Amino acid sequence: MSNLNFLKPNKENLNLFLVFGTLFFALGIIDFCLNNFYEKNITGFLPGFISFFTPLIFGMIGLHLIRIEFSGIKILDELNKNINTNNFNAALSISIIILIIFSVAPLLNWFILDANFVGDTKEACTGGGACWVYIKVWFNRFIYGMYPNAEQWRVNATFIIVLGLMAAGYFFPLRFKKYLTFYYVIILPIISFLLIYYLISGGEFGLEWVETGAWGGLSLTFIVSFFSLIFCFPIGMMLALGRRSDLAVVKYSSLSFIEFWRGVPLITVLFMSAVMFPMFLPDGTYVDKLIRVIVAITLFEAAYTAEVIRGGLQALPRGQYDAAKSLGMGYWRLHLLVILPQALKLVIPGIANTFLALVKDTPLIFVVGLLELVGMLNLAKTNPKWLGFSMEGYVFAGIIFWIICYSMSKYSQKLELKFKTDR
Amino acid sequence: MKFKKILPQFLTLLFIVLIFGFFTMNAQENMDTRGIEFGFGFLKQEASFDIQFSLIDYDGSRSYARAYLVGLLNTLLVSFIGIILSTILGVIIGVARLSPNYLINKTASFYVEFFRNVPLLLQIFFWYFAALRALPMPEDAPLIFGSSYMTIKGLYTVAPVWNNFDVFFIALIIAMIIIFFFNRFAKKKQEEEGKQYPKFLISLGIFIILPASTFLIGGVDLSWSFPELKQLAKTSFTYEGGLGIPPELIALTLALTLYTATFIAENVRAGIQGIGKGQKEAAASIGLTPSQVLKLVIMPQALRIIIPPTTNQYLNLTKNSSLAAAIAYPDLVLVFAGTAMMQTGRAIEIVGITMATYLSISLAISMFMNWYNKRIAIQEK
Repeated sequence: MSNLNFLKPNKENLNLFLVFGTLFFALGIIDFCLNNFYEKNITGFLPGFISFFTPLIFGMIGLHLIRIEFSGIKILDELNKNINTNNFNAALSISIIILIIFSVAPLLNWFILDANFVGDTKEACTGGGACWVYIKVWFNRFIYGMYPNAEQWRVNATFIIVLGLMAAGYFFPLRFKKYLTFYYVIILPIISFLLIYYLISGGEFGLEWVETGAWGGLSLTFIVSFFSLIFCFPIGMMLALGRRSDLAVVKYSSLSFIEFWRGVPLITVLFMSAVMFPMFLPDGTYVDKLIRVIVAITLFEAAYTAEVIRGGLQALPRGQYDAAKSLGMGYWRLHLLVILPQALKLVIPGIANTFLALVKDTPLIFVVGLLELVGMLNLAKTNPKWLGFSMEGYVFAGIIFWIICYSMSKYSQKLELKFKTDR
Repeated sequence: MKFKKILPQFLTLLFIVLIFGFFTMNAQENMDTRGIEFGFGFLKQEASFDIQFSLIDYDGSRSYARAYLVGLLNTLLVSFIGIILSTILGVIIGVARLSPNYLINKTASFYVEFFRNVPLLLQIFFWYFAALRALPMPEDAPLIFGSSYMTIKGLYTVAPVWNNFDVFFIALIIAMIIIFFFNRFAKKKQEEEGKQYPKFLISLGIFIILPASTFLIGGVDLSWSFPELKQLAKTSFTYEGGLGIPPELIALTLALTLYTATFIAENVRAGIQGIGKGQKEAAASIGLTPSQVLKLVIMPQALRIIIPPTTNQYLNLTKNSSLAAAIAYPDLVLVFAGTAMMQTGRAIEIVGITMATYLSISLAISMFMNWYNKRIAIQEK
């Protein structure tokens, strides 16, 4: 079929073919648009089946007419090279173009053109599109949960300070650089915990006490992810080392710990922390729900982190161990100074994926009755004054989570490039 | 030197023993004070709650053990469907991401970047509470493909009605066994004498002819049952006959498939990209056709890279199916760790059984995939 020269352009008659090709292509698109958005079928005289496929057929004829090996026109060559290499590709390209037109127009209408932005009540939403008023009215609840409105500055202040402290690591003077790990792993968590304990939870220094049950929304998502992230990393590292240890007891206890947590779903772990864990404590002791959840998520994700780090440890050649040992290094010096810095560099993508999974798992804490962003949406959805706006809520939360996760994964790709060394 | 080895082990052991001892002691004490006894006798008691969707006979008069089985089967059902669909979608998207066609490539990466960065629970909620709720009521639902109705109460479609299904099923199994031995025979022949049989055609022939012949001689009969609209009350309608798939199952399968497929797609892409260009060129230069290059050279090697991470995704999908509890699809967690635990109050036993079940499913899948992976691994000499 490849030597079929029927209706193939060449350099001399290219212009004619271009005109007809574009015409056919445009005809296909116009036919589709008229059909879909104005309910006018210009090819209605054809049998139903053929009429349905006319946009595709017209488009394919159009693309076939303009397919040429080399024309010297830059745009045309690019087009041919990228979406129009053969008939099959042309058909796929047209299907996708049609699909995009088909989905983008209604989405645009729903999101912006028909949407309602102004007003404070449900009655303000009259258009057929999204009711962003709903998000506006409930915004505080979605971000801060049941946290009292007047006290929300405390949450903001805490987050700003913690963010500032996290960024501060970048501006350390050179001679303090070696304490950076110590700062991030030990000092920062302690400061953040104290801040959250005294500022968000309150109860002292004249601040009103707010119980953890009232925390919620996006800020709770951040709190849970932050602490779980910080703690699961060192625990995972210890487990990974334990799993590769020569000592039988250490090895098999790490192994069974890892396999256990990796084998059960997070939701059952949270169930355990909610209903089973209190049975295991002395009568009368009470551990706060939030702390139980953070511990459960931390242990769960630590097992996954351990497996990722183990992958990095295994990837290092034996020579690294032998060289370090021949320098007289002991177990800890060998691992801290030689092995781990190299292994961790290798597993940045894996670690990033685990962290992303952790952030995406936080909505599950609804099981124990803590309502972060998704939980708050489900609560707001059942409010009798605001029935019927679940779509807007989920889309809003989806966008927020998408921004968080996407930027995290992009950042990890940047880190990966930064630390990439040729070996 | 010896001391250095024993001390850390001893400390670890002590730590574990102390923690477990502490927990068991407290549990014992707490159960004593509340008058609960540890034991699994409750499994035989009458469950006395109903389950909306069940693959086997179940009603409130059956035991808790039966309820557990219903939940387990529902979990396995959704995982099974999810694994198959997400593999198909994942492979398509993964290959599409490698397409030289700009539009296909970008659409596929848009899909992957979008669906993998939104929490699964949110996606399940979206499909269940927002998307599927927008469907019409049963009485207004349009007919799709001349047989099915997509309504707010779920999908109603045709169901096969079998007569003597067991004969047909046995014939199917026999056909598969024959195909298996035939393929072994053909492979042996090819290795010994270089003789090639049209393996695929013969296998397909056996697979179709043998079960089909049971219709003629085995007394097997197949008819279709179509859903029909039925009025329950003045404004309440439902469909009778046919196959009804509850919206919970649809939402859950949809979300699990779309989410897991993104990860499988990335694995497939990495696997195919991991094969050096030289392999392809070398295979082409010894005269293999493009389809042979793909079948005999690229795929066997790519599969080795693809399978281990994809196994993890299958495991994740199975574990993620427990999110069903959030939209009240009666899976293991909802039926057993939810309703049954509320009724009996036996937290330790029930959460223990649930976790043990998931652990065994995970171990079973990973053992199977390890076996498969070993089978296709490079036999280094």
